[in-house]
Order: sequence, then structure tokens, then C-alpha cells
Amino acid sequence: MPARSQKPTLRIRPTKGWAALNLRELWSYRDLLWILVERNIKVIYKQTALGVAWVALQPLIAAIILAVIAGRVAKLPSDGAPHLLFVFCGLTAWNYFSQTAQRSSNSLVNNAQLVSKVYFPRMLIPLSHTFSTLVDFAVTLVMLFIFMAIYAVPPTLRLLAIPGFLFLTAITATGVALWFSALSVKYRDCNYALPLFLQIWMWASAVIYPTSMIDSPRWQTLFALNPVVGFVEGFRWCVLGRSALTSTMLWITVGMSIFALLSGAFFFRRVERDFADII
Amino acid sequence: MSDVALSVQNLSKSFRIAHQSGSRGYRTLHDELVTLPRRLIDRLRRQRRSTSETFWALKDVSFDVQTGEALGIIGSNGAGKSTLLKILNRITEPTRGAVDIYGRAGALLEVGTGFHPELTGRENIFLNGAILGMTRTEIKRKFDEIVAFAEVERFLDTPVKRYSSGMYVRLAFAVAAHLDPEILLIDEVLAVGDAEFQKKCLEKMENVATKEGRTVIFVSHDMDAICHLCSRCILLRNGEIAKTGNAAEVIATYLGGEQDQAPEIDFARIESEASFQFAGLYNPRGQASTSFSTDEPLLLKSSFAVRRRIEGLQLSFSVFNFKSDQVFYASLSMANPTISVEAAGKYNIAAQIPGRLLLPGSYFITLALHTPKTKLYDLRKQVLSFRIVATMDDRYDGFTGDDLGHVYADVKWQEIDNQRVTDSSHDRIPRARTNV
Repeated sequence: MPARSQKPTLRIRPTKGWAALNLRELWSYRDLLWILVERNIKVIYKQTALGVAWVALQPLIAAIILAVIAGRVAKLPSDGAPHLLFVFCGLTAWNYFSQTAQRSSNSLVNNAQLVSKVYFPRMLIPLSHTFSTLVDFAVTLVMLFIFMAIYAVPPTLRLLAIPGFLFLTAITATGVALWFSALSVKYRDCNYALPLFLQIWMWASAVIYPTSMIDSPRWQTLFALNPVVGFVEGFRWCVLGRSALTSTMLWITVGMSIFALLSGAFFFRRVERDFADII
Repeated sequence: MSDVALSVQNLSKSFRIAHQSGSRGYRTLHDELVTLPRRLIDRLRRQRRSTSETFWALKDVSFDVQTGEALGIIGSNGAGKSTLLKILNRITEPTRGAVDIYGRAGALLEVGTGFHPELTGRENIFLNGAILGMTRTEIKRKFDEIVAFAEVERFLDTPVKRYSSGMYVRLAFAVAAHLDPEILLIDEVLAVGDAEFQKKCLEKMENVATKEGRTVIFVSHDMDAICHLCSRCILLRNGEIAKTGNAAEVIATYLGGEQDQAPEIDFARIESEASFQFAGLYNPRGQASTSFSTDEPLLLKSSFAVRRRIEGLQLSFSVFNFKSDQVFYASLSMANPTISVEAAGKYNIAAQIPGRLLLPGSYFITLALHTPKTKLYDLRKQVLSFRIVATMDDRYDGFTGDDLGHVYADVKWQEIDNQRVTDSSHDRIPRARTNV
């Protein structure tokens, strides 16, 4: 073999054990990420009569039903806020979380043809849903502001913290999405398990009831181990100004979110190498 | 200057074939949980499960490709060609060994990968381009060129699900063909589209390979295309390199039935009411052979057993060229005088393929015992192969391959009424000049 002075552009070796995240490569494929995001957004409501109206209708109807159940039927407290606004606030955060998890968990299998034919960092596929679901989130957020106006809740500077809580929601959702999308390549059970799992998760998180329902502050703090509690309460704090969220709970949420993201990412990288062979 | 563009060292890839759940390819959580205790025990005992076996799709493959070289990879199905290309493309990881790639590598795999039916042609160009590794700016720069090549200007804003299959393929190839990698990996892309578009694709690839001086690795079953595009060729057999070298030589080895192909074959008995026992090829001197000259007749002998009377049973064979195009079909039903093989018994039948029928090249024979259009008793696909060699008398005016057409036409030429200027008068002209 003739010697060659420069280093190879690419070395292909079998990887053993845990692989590095390779963020540099992810960054070099950012154009593809944006195009995938665009594709997701364009495709999702194509050939539907109502089109984008679905984005607004879904959370609205869900919020009305849940508000009736929470307020009229179960008579749950709402930290003194109007029930519809209270529930809608929780749903704004929760819907973004669950939609991201749900759409991306199927994404690898749906793109099996791509995965088995072309190379690109596979993480881009679930990741693209974290971004494309932001469109749905934006619509819901606008509706939330409309509800605030209807119920005459004055906007405060606390609203500026929304992007921060959104970020926490996004990284937790991405972590969950990475776990489930990678698992579903090997176990198609995930398609059936995830919706159920998310249902349970929603009722286990303070989406339609306040964390303040839990009597002891110590248990409330423990409750924050479920990161969804942190950002749902966070959104309520931003909008309604009242929440059981403490700084300890916030830090636990931050920790859990980062843990979800990192564990998801490393797990994904670990099993990624077999995707093309087993998908 | 000869630089290595791509270097493959001792590359191996194994797959675990699970016998238990092999039919599904993937396992459900339930399977996994049920077998968990046993797997844990096996792991403790450091035993491998007997239900799975390791299959080596590639074994210790090493080769280098020089910059600007076009390398062809051939082999029968399952020889490891696609696995090799998948590793080079990073779609799947090798089990052992290493690959070093110098320069940007791009793949031209199955066309249309990553097309989304709901998106328009324009949107799909961007999507597909990005998936193949182009940046947005790059795609914008080449957009017009791609659209012109694909001839879909009028339908750019139509969702591709409304495209005809021809348009779809053209657009897909156009995007892929405008990738600008230094090393291009191509897998069987030419098996699509109409003949005219295939020609256009081949020309485009030839351009990339020869004129633009880029490195090309080309996997195909189309020997003609390989021969056309590649200077060097690798033959894979059962995951190992069987032969490397000059493309024409390697192709000849592959088509020549890989040397070990004998002119005579004894068949193992199969469970059928009529089955072949033996087949062989002979030259006019009665010798078993796989090589014949263009003017030699070729004798195909076959023996078969018919175990009960079968109404309308026919013996037939087809001859295929190296591109797997069928050259002709012949059946005992065409025999004159007729030969019946309906009664139970053992038969030896000879068929003579006349000389001056086939062009020089490699051919395969498929044998069959069947009743017309109803039942197949025994089919032996491409069991015999032979080669037709040009004789000294064959004149093709320097043409080869496709230029010659498909058959050797034994055309009888005849003069009808030609008026020639006589040789002497023809000679006079130059002589007159020299005299001046």
C-alpha cells in the first residue's frame, strides 16, 4: 500500500461498548436536521380538511374535557385559578412533551427505508421531532395567552421564564424520545406501550391537579423526581403566579431532565450501530 | 501519482442467525422476557445459545482503491457485495477490520431513498440532497441542473406521489447524480427507468468516473456496465475475495462459471414425477467442453427419468447471455419428427444448437421438464455455462459487445450487378500524378 501523508478523512472501525456522542458530526449535519424538521411540519397535516386547525382544536377540546372532569366532577383544587385556564396551562407543557415523545418514538421505524439505505447520524430523526413539535407548542401558547386575556389574568415579567421551562421540557422529551425510538427498533412493543405509558404519566404528573394537593412539602419535593411536575408547575408559575414549585424542586427537575437527555443519548448511541441490521 | 483513496483491511462482518425467531427478524419484549432466565444462565456458564449461529457475510476482505480509479465489485447473490458497500457507506458496522477513506465519500444507492410522497418535487430535491449529504447551499447551486437533468420542470410544485414512476426515478437519480463526492459508491442504480434514461444515467456515471477523474466503486450485476465503467474488478464469493484484477478477466472468471464449472453434471435425485439425472455439453468431436468456436455446433445432452405417464410432458431449455437476457427458448414440442417423453421411463435426449447462431461471449443454459403452461416438474436454472470464442475468420470491423447486436447472423452476401471501375484504371490516377 503506497504511503499517504495525510490522515484519513474517515476511519471505519468496529465500536465496542459505549460510544461517544460525537456532537461535532451532529453539528455538521445541521442542514439535514432543519430539512427534516421542515418535512415533519409540512407532512403532518397534509391532505386533511382542517389542516393546521387541528393543532388548535386538539388541546382546546382536551382542555375543556379535562377541566370539566377536574373542576365539576372530581372537584379538584386549582390553586384558586379558573379551572379551564389552570388545565390549559398544564396541557401546554404536557402536550409538547407527550407529542414529542410520541411522534419521535415511531420515527426510526417509519424511516426504516432511510436508516437501512443511507448514513447520517440517526439521532437526527427523533431529534427533528423535538423541533417540529415546537410549531404545535407555539399555537398552544398563543391560545394560552388568549385564555389569559379572557380570564383577565395580567401578564407579568414571570412570562419571560417560559423559554427556560420550555427548554427543560424539550430536553426531557428528547431524552424519553431517544430511549423509546431506539427501543422500538428492536421491540415493536413500544408502539403499543408508549401511549399507555404516557397516559399513566400524565395522571401521575400534576397536569390537571396542583402539586399543592400533596400535604407534606417533603413529599412534594419527592414528587419533583418526576420531571414533568417541575415544568408543568413552572408554566403555571409563569402564567398564574401561584405554584408549589420550590427552588429545590426546580433543581431536582433540572437534574432529572439532564439525566433523561444524557442517558437517552448514550443509550441511543450504544444501540445505533445495529439499527440497519435489525430494523 | 497514485494515492490511495480508500483502503480496506481485513474487513469481516458476521450476523447472528437466530433459528427460533428468525422468521420475524426482530424480537418482541415478550420473547426477550421469556428467554431471559435461560440467557442469564447461559451467560453465567459462558455458553452460547445453540439456537443462534454465526454467519460470516464478509471474511477478511482487504483491498485498496487508488484515487481516480473505477473499481467494480461483482459476485453472485449473497456473496457479500451489498454488505461490503453498506459498511463503506457506514450504514452498518464491521465486526472486525478497518476501512480508511481519504476524501468525501458519497453513495448512490437505491434511487428515491428518502423521498417523501406528500412533498413536492422541489421540497424533495432539498430533502433527498440533504440526506445524501449535501448542504442547502450546495443544493441551491445545483438546483437548476438537477431539474433540467430530470426533465420535471413543469411538475416541481406537485407532490411526488402524483408523479409517474418514470418521473419519480428520473428526479431521484438526478439528485443523486449531482452529488459531488470525491469517492462515489454506486449500487445497482441502473436497474430502473426506461432504456433511454438508463443510457443517460450510464453516460452520466461514465462522465463522473472517467472525465472528472473521481474514484468510483461500482457494485452491479450488469457485467456490461461494469466492463464499460471499471478498469479493475473484484470478484466476491461467499464473503471472500475470489479474484482481483483487470475487469474483463475477472468478469470472464465469474461468467465462466468460476472455473470449477464442469461441462457435465450429474443431478441428485429430487422428489418429482419427472426429474433430470444428467446434462452435458459436447463439441462436434464428441468431447465434453465448455468452449466452442462461433462456427461449431454445440450438442446438449440430457438424461431424465419419468416415473409415471405424464400427458404432454416437454423437455425444454433456454439460453441466456451474461446479462441474463434470454437469447432463445427451445422445446421438444418443436422437434420434427416429434419425440414423445410422456411414457414412464428413462430418456436420453440430445439437442444440437447450430453453429453461427451465437456471438462470442458467455452463455448459460436453463433446463426444464414441464407440461405446457401448467406444471413444472424439474427446473434447473443456469446449470450449464459455456463460452463462444471468435474464430480467426470472424470479422467484426473492430466492433465489440452491444455494437454487434444479439445473434450471429449467418448472412449470405451476393453480388447482383456491380459495375466497377477496373483496377488498372484506378491505378492510373496516382501514377499520372507522380509523373507531373
